[in-house]
Amino acid sequence: MVKIEFLGPINREAEYFNIKNLNDLAEILKNDSELIDWLEKSAVAINGKLVFDRNIELKSGDVVAILPPVCGG
Amino acid sequence: MELYKNGLNVPEILTRWYESEKLLNYGAFIPFVGIVRDENNISGLSFDVYEPLLKNWFENWVSRAEKDGAKLKFAHSIGDVLVHESSYVSAVLSPKREVALRLIVEFVEDFKANAPIWKYDLIDSKRIYAESRSKKIIGSGLLA
Repeated sequence: MVKIEFLGPINREAEYFNIKNLNDLAEILKNDSELIDWLEKSAVAINGKLVFDRNIELKSGDVVAILPPVCGG
Repeated sequence: MELYKNGLNVPEILTRWYESEKLLNYGAFIPFVGIVRDENNISGLSFDVYEPLLKNWFENWVSRAEKDGAKLKFAHSIGDVLVHESSYVSAVLSPKREVALRLIVEFVEDFKANAPIWKYDLIDSKRIYAESRSKKIIGSGLLA
């Protein structure tokens, strides 16, 4: 299972899915009306590294983080 | 990289950084301290941090600075930081002031744009996401 973390203001508990890549995740999350607006403005990290390709292979134990707009300092 | 719950002890952090580095022959030590302003009826700010990505982001910057012979320091708060307290301290050390002055600007600006930290205004004991001041991280929209 792959852990999905929804960070910062998305304010939602982590979920676990049996998925092979980010295309699978996008298919699942696009039906979630609470998330649609966040997905358009969020970046994605796998195991603590930003990714830019939905085809990267995921394996059980991976952690995918959904990162909405940031403002530190 | 140092993370602390609530406001930073700025004198302790800056003194410690200065004392640990002053004999290493860096000619320039440029600190940057962010102080929470009293504005818009806030009692303070609050922060969430995603530490795994923040650590990678900072390590990339350390490598970039090392190529210029410079060193970076960075401390940030997690949780609530009240007005006139500090949530962010960073510093650049370099043998050359030109390098240090350039790097502190680039580092602070990239921090604001890409460090995985979320800011909230504290108003009437509620945390309100500072969305209008927030910036999309590079690559946003991948799952849309």
